[in-house]
Amino acid sequence: MKDIPHSPQSAENGKGGAVSALIPLESLLEPQRKKVDLEALRQKLATGRGPKFWRTLEEAAETEDLKEYIEQEFPGLSGQIPQGVDRRSLLKVMAASLAMAGAAACTKQPKELIVPYVRQPENVIPGVPLFYATAMPVAGYARGLLVESHLNRPTKVEGNPDHPASLGATTIFEQASILNLYDPDRSESVMHEGRMDLWGAFTGALSTEAQELGMRKGEGLAILTGVVTSPTLISQMTALRAQLPQAKWYVHEPSVNPAIASAARKIAGRSAFISYDLSKADVVVSLESDFLNTGPAALAYARQFAKRRGIDNGQTPCRMYAVEATPSVSGSLADHHFPVKSSAVPAIAYQLAKACGVNAPDPGTTAPAWLDAMAQDLKNAKGRCVVLPGEFQPESVHLAAYAINAALGNVGQTVNIYEGVEPENTLSIEELTGDLNNGRVETLVIINQNPVYSAPASLNFEQAIRKARMVVRLGQFYDETSRWSHWHVPEAHYLETWSDSRAFDGTVTIQQPLVEPLYNGKSAHEIFSIMLGKPDQNSHEIVKGYWQSQVKNDFDRVWKTSLHDGWIVGSAVGTLNGRAPALAPLTSQAVSGTEIVFRPDPTIGDGSWANNGWLQECPKPQSKMTWDNVVAVSPKNASKLGVDKGDMLRVTVNGKHVVGPTWVLPGHAEDSFTVYFGYGRTASGRVGTKIGYDAYAIQDSDAPFFAGGSIEKTGEHYRIANIQETQTMAGREPVRAADLAEFREHPDFPTMEEKPLPKDLTLYPDMWHYNDYKWGMAIDLNVCTGCSACIVACQAENNIAVVGKDQVARGRHMHWIRVDRYYSGDLDTPAMYNQPVPCMQCENAPCELVCPVAATVHSNEGLNQMVYNRCVGTRYCSNNCPYKVRRFNFYLYSDWNTPSLYGARNPDVTVRSRGVMEKCSYCVQRIQEQKIKADKEDRRIADGEILTACQQVCPTQAITFGDLNDKNSKVAKLQALQRNYALLDDLDTRPRTKYLGYVRNPNEALRGQRGNTRES
Amino acid sequence: MAQLFRPSSNTIAKVSIALAVLSAGSLLAFGYLMDRGSWITSVQVAPEQPIMFSHKHHVKDDGIDCRYCHTGVETSNYAGLPPTETCMTCHSQIWNNASATQPIRDSWASGKSIEWTRVHDLPDFVYFNHSIHINKGIGCSTCHGHVDEMPWMYKVNTLNMNWCVNCHRNPAQFIRPRSEVFNVDYQYPANQAELGAQLVKEYHAKSLTDCVTCHR
Repeated sequence: MKDIPHSPQSAENGKGGAVSALIPLESLLEPQRKKVDLEALRQKLATGRGPKFWRTLEEAAETEDLKEYIEQEFPGLSGQIPQGVDRRSLLKVMAASLAMAGAAACTKQPKELIVPYVRQPENVIPGVPLFYATAMPVAGYARGLLVESHLNRPTKVEGNPDHPASLGATTIFEQASILNLYDPDRSESVMHEGRMDLWGAFTGALSTEAQELGMRKGEGLAILTGVVTSPTLISQMTALRAQLPQAKWYVHEPSVNPAIASAARKIAGRSAFISYDLSKADVVVSLESDFLNTGPAALAYARQFAKRRGIDNGQTPCRMYAVEATPSVSGSLADHHFPVKSSAVPAIAYQLAKACGVNAPDPGTTAPAWLDAMAQDLKNAKGRCVVLPGEFQPESVHLAAYAINAALGNVGQTVNIYEGVEPENTLSIEELTGDLNNGRVETLVIINQNPVYSAPASLNFEQAIRKARMVVRLGQFYDETSRWSHWHVPEAHYLETWSDSRAFDGTVTIQQPLVEPLYNGKSAHEIFSIMLGKPDQNSHEIVKGYWQSQVKNDFDRVWKTSLHDGWIVGSAVGTLNGRAPALAPLTSQAVSGTEIVFRPDPTIGDGSWANNGWLQECPKPQSKMTWDNVVAVSPKNASKLGVDKGDMLRVTVNGKHVVGPTWVLPGHAEDSFTVYFGYGRTASGRVGTKIGYDAYAIQDSDAPFFAGGSIEKTGEHYRIANIQETQTMAGREPVRAADLAEFREHPDFPTMEEKPLPKDLTLYPDMWHYNDYKWGMAIDLNVCTGCSACIVACQAENNIAVVGKDQVARGRHMHWIRVDRYYSGDLDTPAMYNQPVPCMQCENAPCELVCPVAATVHSNEGLNQMVYNRCVGTRYCSNNCPYKVRRFNFYLYSDWNTPSLYGARNPDVTVRSRGVMEKCSYCVQRIQEQKIKADKEDRRIADGEILTACQQVCPTQAITFGDLNDKNSKVAKLQALQRNYALLDDLDTRPRTKYLGYVRNPNEALRGQRGNTRES
Repeated sequence: MAQLFRPSSNTIAKVSIALAVLSAGSLLAFGYLMDRGSWITSVQVAPEQPIMFSHKHHVKDDGIDCRYCHTGVETSNYAGLPPTETCMTCHSQIWNNASATQPIRDSWASGKSIEWTRVHDLPDFVYFNHSIHINKGIGCSTCHGHVDEMPWMYKVNTLNMNWCVNCHRNPAQFIRPRSEVFNVDYQYPANQAELGAQLVKEYHAKSLTDCVTCHR
């Protein structure tokens, strides 16, 4: 079928059709591919004739087209290479270009100015970065951070190692938040009905409004925020309610399910947060919970889970079961993965409850075959297991999960209940819409949220908002909601303002700014302060004033220590006792026909990150695609519908529809289709506008996360930019995995069947003696979740450019580390493996030999050095690299024109121009920094002093870097393990980056059941 | 038969060979001169500065140590220039009405930095770290010359890569005791080779010739 470059359209139901202008990609790139015959592929995999590991369906099917595609020397470029060039003209052209090559180099170095301070601030040493502790609120809950600042310019975000909600790690969102700070599309001035205005004019208008509201006791005032845990803001709101008792507080957080909080309230009798301790769990059952990547405590759970998953100290690793519709980041590490419809999970939860001895009403459906074995496993691990309810499941699942945990004695062991830190007496977006439509809202103040875009379409918020008399919006971008507001005030980024927030366990972090607001942005505190009648207070005064009232003794010391450490000592909340409530009969059945599942996009979230180039280009963990959202379809449904990757589907729910491209996702539940939020925006900025389809346009507030609907194909095709497309493994096994039993018998299973390479395989003698430092890296595949935080961290640290959808489709993405995702086993419930691939830093590097200008040479410590100023761009090194980790700047991908982006760059790393090859350098700038530091102190570098960007940010600590010559270093110990192996080791490249094989722990009782185990 | 070549061909041939040799030679010479001459390298060329600051006066006559102004030299990769505040520590009291020091007072009053022209300017793809050089016993005057003799600041060394690598390959030629690093009058002793070798061993000064030492 001919590819027609067609744009996806969102529903024409008043949301404004967002038509994206697709860059036509058809003729140059994608050869006319035959569709993959999924049935034949299924048979092939089932009978074991297929490949053991496969990355894409085309690869597994070994389609003729793919074979031809791969065998071409430059796949996809056949149309571009000039045919019929004879040798004589080629030589002429080459001679001419060689003659020109030298000429450009003869220039005189331009005059450069050197500009010191007038008053140099204390502690600032130009060239030495400073780290400040702060926190980023993610859906309201704090993740403690240490932010690196060069000359008072924040450049990199790291987790705060001592903060309970980050433990030194971050997710992709905290990493990408730096780019948001310098985003050129940020709102720069106060807007009044579409025209720029002054802050003074706004404060005057809002103060007047507040006075009038005061006379009515606040009747008609509606304040809409996201989830808020900030003690200062909550106290300001309390003060405001004291002055204006009729004022109402509404909370709208599109990617958070209110059922989590309401279920916790029913369990604890008051506002609470159910938290888990996975380090004590032998058996983990996830009922559609993406616990390793989503939620306020995700990073803590990831660390606990990774610890419990360890096998090298002889312990039996925990076993995880994942019951989910859409394969998730957490599900990729599951030993058993059961795809079920999202709407069928409540029934399964109840059946599991009954099987575990809870008095649950009969859900009326038959339990699946695997449920008994799973329940038995749980019962065998009483007090040492945990059942995790899905973040997007209704309250019944949360209550059932708690009941199961209580029945199995997990409460107090693997399940704890913290006092809730969210504010009381808040209302929902549905109630706000109702109040707006009934004329009960005069003044609407919106803090940060974007309801015109992100409220469910059934509410028709865009019409409702027009009914308020005065709408004030505090937002970072002049986006969809701001365009419907009377007043728009630019919001200060969290790195620009004082605030505070609480982690999931209540720990308070005082957020301190690293830079003055770039565009005179204001914080929510300042808006509230105006309404409280104090328009001149700034955030610093407000936050400090609040804490002065809370800390009676020794305030100065407490304040300084808290700012330095990143949390207030003793601010964690206490634990509560819970009571498993009686389970009510299920009110709704599983969707019998086609189910549509709504999820926040894995890299764009609820849409507020849409303008962030790093996140748009970050490959989504399961599909590895970028710059679009897709409709995830199971292979069975893809065959039934007759669609393949990229074919457009019309998704209809309750009469509204959107059109989006198919992605065939092995492991997805049958008759269930996932649509992702965050795209289809109309006013997001130069990056995020008019990309993808808007899933909110078909969302119903009654069934926000799964609903019945229908799917049909439109017959059109769309080109998806996918990162993991064009390479095959050619029969090799990059991923080595085994069962626990196999591992116990053969701890060296990854290299068990290999013969040692002959000594004289390479002509080059063994010249290098690494007597000083010997840098190496070990990546543990057992705990990599595929979250991609390493990719964005590397991008932030190394000034890696964003190339855009067109170039990604041509395979020219610039990420120095990529996370490959492999499937294994059967088509419908495959096993999944994630493998981060940075530069291998081969000791016998194929790339070093072929550089004509010696731009990539070996160092005395084992690094494969990339010298940008010598590179002339022959690309022979990338050609020779078997791992394809070298990235070439085909164009000037770095943005040299937008001034606001200059600040985001790390000054210790070169910003590359076009024509230059780049690759992972083991964060050589960090190595050099520590070497110099240690050298000045006349000592060796200690283990753990150098953390590469990817290592530092990994939530499960899958990546370890260090000195292999130090026998006590973590990396030396890991590389000495028997399950250590090198990628493509038969090529004798002797890579310094090695991997630890994956060990599964399947349940013997479930072995042999087709489609239920992760056997290959 | 008729001659193919005219008599003048002889002359043309001889002249063109001579010209070719001459032009090739002069191109090479020209290239060498350009590359090593002061137009490209700016050696001994004092650029114009917003304030006619005299190192000779401040260092030789007044005896101010390098580190009073260039504060980052022991702690950072970047030696730094003094902020206006450093100048004002003295010039708020002495020479505080002179026209020569007027730009300092203007900067202090207005909050606008003084924009100096950079004299020792390495290309952007070179990441040089001052603090490690100071720590290993490379004196200021080794690279920057006798700054105390300079009424206006200029380079005395080309700072070319081969000039840097010359020392990197054999630091014993230029290393001095740590106590003498900031001594502008230091003379290398006659037994520098021996002393140098000993200091290199004592300070663990490595011969760093890996590319990533400077290029990343």
